[in-house]
Amino acid sequence: MSTITLVGQPVTVELKNDLAITGVLVSVDQFLNIKLDNIKVVDEERYPHMLAVKNCFIRGSVVRYVQLPAPSVDTALLQDAARRERQQPATGARK
Amino acid sequence: MDSFQIFTTSTSLVDSVDKKLLVVLRDGRKLIGILRSFDQFANLVLQDTIERIYVADTYGDIPRGIFIIRGENVVLLGEIDEDKEDESPLRQVPVEDVLQIQREEMEAKVKREKTKHRMLSDQGFSVDIAEFGELY
Repeated sequence: MSTITLVGQPVTVELKNDLAITGVLVSVDQFLNIKLDNIKVVDEERYPHMLAVKNCFIRGSVVRYVQLPAPSVDTALLQDAARRERQQPATGARK
Repeated sequence: MDSFQIFTTSTSLVDSVDKKLLVVLRDGRKLIGILRSFDQFANLVLQDTIERIYVADTYGDIPRGIFIIRGENVVLLGEIDEDKEDESPLRQVPVEDVLQIQREEMEAKVKREKTKHRMLSDQGFSVDIAEFGELY
């Protein structure tokens, strides 16, 4: 099994309340709950309450976007996997 | 079988139990308290909670006590870094002052919105009466 992971990479999470937080990805679960470390809020002046926070847990249901670092994403691989899944939905989605 | 192990990580809040946390709620309120318990929905129990109201570069605290927060209302939880907190440029002021300023700002905002709506509807645009709770 491959161990492609974005854990440890910087990502930007934009929430439904327009707050956008950049931080190092610590973990993600099936609800898209996200933990970030070393966070930095985009447009800090608007969100003074986040100044004293260094790591955070974001509830998946409030996430609008997750921006990933482009170099860490293998789009060709994703496209390939999606095609294979379409051909054989039930089995062999991954080899 | 591999496909059942896609999520190799899980986000648990165990590390945050018994720590002082900032909880941001969906209605925009900020609560600061000690996390005592949680579950898979991010339902939370907070002890010795204060509600902190921020206005411009000041804030005021209201003591609230114990909370059970239903998970759906949680936006995020942040651990408060004491060092960072000390070097914060924000000033604490009496909560009455903060509430006063907040009220004035809200009134100003309502007034602005009303003017905007009137101008738009004069131009023939239908206007949704926006709510200021901004729950999403």
